Amino acid sequence: MGWKLFLGAALAACAGPALAADEPYPSTYQSHPGPPTLIRNAIVLDGTGRRLDGADVLMRDGKIVAVGPGLDAAGATVVDARGRWVTPGLIDVHSHLGVYASPGVNATQDGNEATDPVTAGVWAEHSVWPQDPGFATALAGGVTTLQVLPGSANLIGGRGVTLRNVHTTTYQAMKFPDAPQGLKMACGENPKRVYGSHDRAPSTRMGNVAGYRQAFADAQDYLRQQEKYQRELAAYGKKKDKDKDAQPPLPPKRDLRLETLAAAIRGEVRVHIHCYRADEMATMLDLAHEFNFRIAAFHHGVEAYKIADRLAEEGVCGALWADWWGFKLEAYDGIWENLAFVDAPKNGCAIVHSDSEEGIQRLNQEAAKAMTRGQRAGLDIPPERAVRGITSNPAKALGIADRVGTLEPGELADVVVWNQDPFSVYALPDLIYIDGAVVLDRKAPPATPASDFLLGQPTGGAR
Amino acid sequence: MSGKIGPLLFAALGVLGLAGIAHAQDVLIRNAKVYTQSGSGTLERADVLVQNGRVAQVGSGIAATPSADVIDARGRPLTPGLFGGITALGVEEISLEPSTVDSSTAYGEGKGGPSFEPRPEFDVTLAFNPDSAAIGVNRVEGITFAMVAPTALPDGTMFAGQGAIARLDGRVEAFAPASRTLFVDLGANATASSGKSRAAQYMLLEQATRESQPAKPLAAGDLRLLTPAGREVLARYLGGGRIAFSVDRAADIRQVLAYAERNKVHPVIVGGAQAWQVAPLLAKARVPVVLDPLVDLPGTFDQLGATLENAARLDRAGVPIAFTQFTDPTHNAHKVRQAAGVAVAHGLPWDAALRALTLTPAEVFGLGAELGRIAPGYSADLVLWSGDPLDVTSVAEQVWIGGRPQSMRSRQTELRDRYRPNVAAPTRN
Repeated sequence: MGWKLFLGAALAACAGPALAADEPYPSTYQSHPGPPTLIRNAIVLDGTGRRLDGADVLMRDGKIVAVGPGLDAAGATVVDARGRWVTPGLIDVHSHLGVYASPGVNATQDGNEATDPVTAGVWAEHSVWPQDPGFATALAGGVTTLQVLPGSANLIGGRGVTLRNVHTTTYQAMKFPDAPQGLKMACGENPKRVYGSHDRAPSTRMGNVAGYRQAFADAQDYLRQQEKYQRELAAYGKKKDKDKDAQPPLPPKRDLRLETLAAAIRGEVRVHIHCYRADEMATMLDLAHEFNFRIAAFHHGVEAYKIADRLAEEGVCGALWADWWGFKLEAYDGIWENLAFVDAPKNGCAIVHSDSEEGIQRLNQEAAKAMTRGQRAGLDIPPERAVRGITSNPAKALGIADRVGTLEPGELADVVVWNQDPFSVYALPDLIYIDGAVVLDRKAPPATPASDFLLGQPTGGAR
Repeated sequence: MSGKIGPLLFAALGVLGLAGIAHAQDVLIRNAKVYTQSGSGTLERADVLVQNGRVAQVGSGIAATPSADVIDARGRPLTPGLFGGITALGVEEISLEPSTVDSSTAYGEGKGGPSFEPRPEFDVTLAFNPDSAAIGVNRVEGITFAMVAPTALPDGTMFAGQGAIARLDGRVEAFAPASRTLFVDLGANATASSGKSRAAQYMLLEQATRESQPAKPLAAGDLRLLTPAGREVLARYLGGGRIAFSVDRAADIRQVLAYAERNKVHPVIVGGAQAWQVAPLLAKARVPVVLDPLVDLPGTFDQLGATLENAARLDRAGVPIAFTQFTDPTHNAHKVRQAAGVAVAHGLPWDAALRALTLTPAEVFGLGAELGRIAPGYSADLVLWSGDPLDVTSVAEQVWIGGRPQSMRSRQTELRDRYRPNVAAPTRN
């Protein structure tokens, strides 16, 4: 039973009015499937590690129906993709679009609630500005799904949200239905710099760890209170028919911070940790064991290559850049081969992430750089393997691999038709589908910008 | 006008400026696809002979000199060494560690709020550390020269100071005097430090300019903006010198052009997100733009209209363009190569993109007779590539600077080899 369901059921069992909805701030995302479509004769990288040359991709009712040679196109719109490449829609596991929107003025600095080192109660979605022009430029790079996270000023920054990259006027209408939320945590320099500079804890790495531990210890206590309440509620259920005077127990007060952390312990919110250094990642793995939660991915992890085997053993993904390094001491040991080395062990899970409104537009190029450097270091990384870092691996870390990230039958028809090998600097998406509907056609660019903010401004044309 | 830094003088200094390199061994690179960036165009299966650190001959069937190192390029591309853009290479090791950063002056800071203490005499090249790890990391990527530029602090002064082109071969004497440039930041990101209005920026620029005119000596009681050294330095750039203005908005670019016209300076536009809107004006005045082809979002209101087609539109209009990048211009200076490829994908002719990484930046910064071409007499700063020099799947196989083969190792390759999978590495985990 999910944590929300657990709370909801508990509350529904009370005689009184519900104190919280089952799913507050619900997704209002509407799928608008396109007509049945057959993409014909393409080079297909299906996201599972397979490459099919001269293959067709059939989409219907917003889903992938089949991938293979010579599919039956009866009644379908046919797209001739000879010489072109097809991949699943790209997924970025680390974005701040909408919360650090363009233009980067005072009014758009909504990504860090840097007023307390533990702000687990805040939700990034409540900062998302759907008119951020960055959503459209990310889409032009093939990104159809993205996780928007709070920033890294805090030890525990709050909940992230997974969005479908569609243009709407509310974030709820972008919210990926039934996708688990993320929990953003941060290691190392950022929290200790932000709070240490204000003469408050944490100001050291040991202060950081004490901060996580106390927060999770509080969450354990919160869980115990919830469990106690459940037992009392069950006892009340048993005796209320016999004992007319029996009173239902009062639920403990909700604490939004601890609710999030309890959900992380219960595995309903997936933990994403900004962490650069190998030794700190090892400390965070120990923290996860101490409080019995799972880490979905370490983000940035410029030293992940130093503990690649350990990450693979623990089933933790590395969400990494191809080449960023040096802007902080904890980023000084970055190497080009980081993604490839994290990918190398059995069960290795390498994800190419952006953390950047610029980088998210070219995840394919970042993956190409990582692939190239891995190959030159002697690793066997063909394009069909490398593409997993921008499709199925991020889907796995986000807990949505059953719906997006590959072109397997039954998956949502998020598809990119590239004008050439996507692992080239010259590659551009010709066609992008979400739920089987064309959302971007390079030959017929939209006449006006998607973002209201850019309307009536000098837009520079192509968008 | 002997005290001025003028274009004619640049040409003369061009040769002298880079003359300090000890003579290197002869090199003969055979069978390369040579992008000469000269009238000879691109030569398939050509040879390049390097003598005394310079390109001696380019052609086919060139005989090896007795002492020459002979390299078979096997048809691979050979380009001039690439320009790394406007960087803090050698003056910034770790961005967030102030003790390792020398790229800006905070003189006057700490007196209560932003202060305007313009110091055009601030010469960032004096802090240059040729052993910086960031230089090696970029050199092995084919970056052989870069502008080492001062940066203006948000609370500092719009006169960032002076920089120059460094060649990245590990020498302290890396700078070419002819490339000296004064950097001035204008527009949205500089307003806090200079009167909180861009009108105040122009006011202060005008005041600094007037008081630096040697023809108009100051009276004893005049309010002075600059120190005597600052006036001396600014005077050197007025009447023929080169000033790089960091500016994005089209209206500000027009102001810069007007200022340059009035004061006979050679402006370089750095940034120029809206430069495409005034491309004909820039082309007419032959004013170059050093831009990041990846800027396509309005990071500020000055960048409304930013587009991936900026480079293509400027080039089409005849504006000289060179590339830089702004995401991490120092540590990842090499990303200009990827940015150039992206510009090609958005309409810039391939040859123009390579020129924007080689010959044009050399010309913009006064070294056009020295760097940026594979032609007789040019410095032998060369890169042999594994494939298309602009593609992300290609890497630099060998780099030469002044005819000397550069080590293809860096701090990053050391780390890579220590942790390479399936190699005995006792320090793992």
